[in-house]
Amino acid sequence: MIEQATHELPLLTILTFLPLSGVVFILLRQMNARADEQEGADRAAKWVALLATLFTFGCSILIYFQYDQTASGFQFVEEMAWFGGDEAGEGGIKYKMGVDGISILFVLLTTFIMPICILASWESIKTRVAEYMIAFLVLETLIIGVFCALDLVLFYVFFEGSLIPMFLIIGVWGSKGERVLFGYTIPNRVYAAFKFFLYTLLGSLFLLIALLYMYLEVGTTDVVTLLQHDFAANVQTWLWLAFFASFAVKMPMWPVHTWLPDAHVQAPTAGSVLLAAILLKMGGYGLARFSLPMFPDASVMFTPFVFTLSVIAIIYTSLVAFAQEDMKKLIAYSSVAHMGFVTMGLFTGTPQGLEGAMFQMLSHGFISGALFLCVGVVYDRMHTREIAAYGGLVQRMKWFAFFFLLFTMGNVGLPGLSGFVGEILTMVGAFQINTWVAALAALGMILSAGYGLRLYREVMFGTIVHDNLKDISDMNRREMGMLTILAVMTLYLGVNPSPTLAVFRPATDYVLTRFEQPMEMAGKDMVTVQTEGETAHQGEEH
Amino acid sequence: MSQLDLLALAPELFLAIVAMILLIVGVYLKNDRMKEISVVAALAMVAAFIIGLTTGADEPFMAFGDAFADDAFGELGRGLIYGAAIVSLLMASRFMDREKIGRFEYPILVLLAAIGMGLMVTAHDLISLYMGIELQSLALYIMAAFNRDSRRSTEAGLKYFVLGALSSGLLLYGSSLIYGFTGSTEFSEIARVVGESDNIVGLSFGLVFLIAGLAFKVSAAPFHMWTPDVYEGAPTPVTAFFAAAPKIAAMFLFVRVMMEAFPTILDQWQPVLWLIAALSMIVGSISALMQTNIKRLMAYSSIGHMGYALIGLTAGTAEGVQGVIAYMGIYMIMTLGTFACILSMRRPEGMAENIEDLSGLMRTQPWLAIAFTALFFSLAGIPPLLGFWGKFAVFMAAVEAELYILAVIGVITSVIATFYYLSVIKTIWFSDPAPSFVKEQGPSVALTVSGGTLLVLVGILVVWAPLYKLAESAALSLF
Repeated sequence: MIEQATHELPLLTILTFLPLSGVVFILLRQMNARADEQEGADRAAKWVALLATLFTFGCSILIYFQYDQTASGFQFVEEMAWFGGDEAGEGGIKYKMGVDGISILFVLLTTFIMPICILASWESIKTRVAEYMIAFLVLETLIIGVFCALDLVLFYVFFEGSLIPMFLIIGVWGSKGERVLFGYTIPNRVYAAFKFFLYTLLGSLFLLIALLYMYLEVGTTDVVTLLQHDFAANVQTWLWLAFFASFAVKMPMWPVHTWLPDAHVQAPTAGSVLLAAILLKMGGYGLARFSLPMFPDASVMFTPFVFTLSVIAIIYTSLVAFAQEDMKKLIAYSSVAHMGFVTMGLFTGTPQGLEGAMFQMLSHGFISGALFLCVGVVYDRMHTREIAAYGGLVQRMKWFAFFFLLFTMGNVGLPGLSGFVGEILTMVGAFQINTWVAALAALGMILSAGYGLRLYREVMFGTIVHDNLKDISDMNRREMGMLTILAVMTLYLGVNPSPTLAVFRPATDYVLTRFEQPMEMAGKDMVTVQTEGETAHQGEEH
Repeated sequence: MSQLDLLALAPELFLAIVAMILLIVGVYLKNDRMKEISVVAALAMVAAFIIGLTTGADEPFMAFGDAFADDAFGELGRGLIYGAAIVSLLMASRFMDREKIGRFEYPILVLLAAIGMGLMVTAHDLISLYMGIELQSLALYIMAAFNRDSRRSTEAGLKYFVLGALSSGLLLYGSSLIYGFTGSTEFSEIARVVGESDNIVGLSFGLVFLIAGLAFKVSAAPFHMWTPDVYEGAPTPVTAFFAAAPKIAAMFLFVRVMMEAFPTILDQWQPVLWLIAALSMIVGSISALMQTNIKRLMAYSSIGHMGYALIGLTAGTAEGVQGVIAYMGIYMIMTLGTFACILSMRRPEGMAENIEDLSGLMRTQPWLAIAFTALFFSLAGIPPLLGFWGKFAVFMAAVEAELYILAVIGVITSVIATFYYLSVIKTIWFSDPAPSFVKEQGPSVALTVSGGTLLVLVGILVVWAPLYKLAESAALSLF
């Protein structure tokens, strides 16, 4: 049985829809704005958005203080019949929210990153400011909803809905440049927005079919019920594939990652931050929340497949990152590689692997977000992201050099910073299952040090050769503030990871109990194979 | 014929009387008072719906020797049809005046079509079925050619008429074969005979013709050729009407024929409908990619939507019928909202109909742009907007009936279709502004734009669950 603790107030609903209150204020202000004071209305929109996101952050902190870290099961559960159920309100599709160890920290991450996103756009967004802020606030609602939803249909609604604002953010406020496609000249940002939307949509629609099947079989889409339901093994295979199609695209895993570099490069800085820090985590969250515990047999069966894809992602995309000339693209590819560690860890079915994967997602949220902010800092000054256009920045921007180094090292996985903890744990997990996978993943860490240091050297060190860099200014207080907060988080998580891991533990433990039986079965098969073929090379199946 | 028989068709009889009176009044009035007569016609339809609700029996009632069925299914069908007719009629008057075609006959034609459609959704006999379809179609042919001085409009009317007559012929031929092999035109009698006999080859032959004729009426591929031309050529309010009301009537009729007359030979017609649904989705998504005219785009979009709705019918289950009904209800809201937006696309020199004309609308008319955006995302079926729930309902029916391949085709085509919906949104949001539209389109258009948008946006809270419940009770009345 999974326990479900309720609370007298619908806290999660309030938290989820709180950002929308900001939307209402912005809309009212815009409607009353005269043509000659558009600037004032825009400034008001920024402040409202900032306050709304900060307020949401405050609320999430309050919720976190009331959250019982040691308890297993879901907390702050709210439940309401929606449609399709019987007269007594049993079964059917519900409006159900709740958080557990897997989701609570992602909710916090979302509310934490959001004000930073707003701040990051403070000066760089000059056109259609109100629309931009509204898009971000709506997006925040949808993302919090994704992490809180405890009904599959509700989850799907939030999950898919998040495409709409992100599509507009990339398409409207994306960067310049054009490309030729099928004889048409189209702006790059439009190309990226379409690719992002359609790729994700195709994956998600398979998820829709799968969840409808589950609804018809179980009679409800309540996640808590589904978590305890045992699907037949062959059914699990298909359902797993459908879920995987959706989450692998979102993650993104090799070979369906190609939308990510485009989307990252074209999105405005805050869009990239959000994409890297939170939207990608929805894929990993989905795998941990649904795929693993609901389809344990299929998950065990597909483990070699996922390992293969993860290792390819780690090594191949790291190599690709080496060849990039665009800073954002390089970081985007490194994101794909780091997400490879996450999928690898999740599918080890070991406590270290699972906790490591969750931790890795959290830490990647801070580090990659910060790296995109760093790129944003220089982009705002020079309006180019090309690595070759920089060099010797350390002589003019000492604070920037410090922060950029810190986050590059975090990305590389330097001990003492948060990136290290997640990677080492996932590798410890993988090592217990498959030595080769762990070894290859370790190779990926070395590669990441390679491209990370190359980026840093070419942008920061050396003498200034480009004249326009000579009077570049160091970071202002706003930029310093954002990066300092992220740096503190990275350091804290790196030095003292145990409290955070403890939050994950009750929830990941449940996932592991679901795994026990299929793992044993698989283990037995392996043993019988080994005893039958004793003359054969024993270690070969690794 | 008893009093109860007359009560079962009371809404149609009432509308027929009102139409006759309005015709006489209209002739005697000096000027063309289209606006006033439209309002009266709209009120008459509201009254007809209320009459239908109050006179309808609690139990399904068979009137005129089982020729018509008065049940929840027909009641809901009438409600949707009258709703669509009223909205498109009220939107029409200002447009028609500006185009100098504001004649009083238009509302009367809408009324006559509504009578035909009311007969269609209650028809329980092949003869009453045909009667309803013809009454409706004749009114529609004239409406398509209503702008008689425009070459495009007359062409649309003529095309519609010729192809419509052909399809009626197919339908009639199929009906006669079915009558020949079963000895009856009444649905439950047909169902009984079909269930008992083992030799149904000839009957299946007739059934295919019947399906072809009905598929033409709902504009499902491969019988969709007329749709884009008629949509483009007809005056825009007429297109709005075409896109909503007759589609609903034909789809309801389709469902009733299949579910009441041929439920026992589901295995015979399921593959045919499977193919029609799949083709409609494919044609609706791929052909729309290259369209530049927004009315043509909507034509292909409606073909695709009919494909999705037909998934539910293909399933052949109560859940499937429920899905079809829910889908049509949602489709109606989205279509009327979208056409109201299209009606707002007027420049000083005339109507703008190209997608290009929407360029940068977000900066010139943000509210209209938001309406367009919401409606198009909804047409694409992106949650949490209303359009998603229609897809949800029919995909659920498909999964329940184990039509997985059809569901996967639906998934892939809806991604392709999303591409062109996104292209329109792209034009609205990402492109540089084009000259602004004329603002004053009248309260009815503005109301429909905002009402449609609002329903699409908050439909998840207020529309979906009640509609699905309503669709369930309507669907169960067929089983």
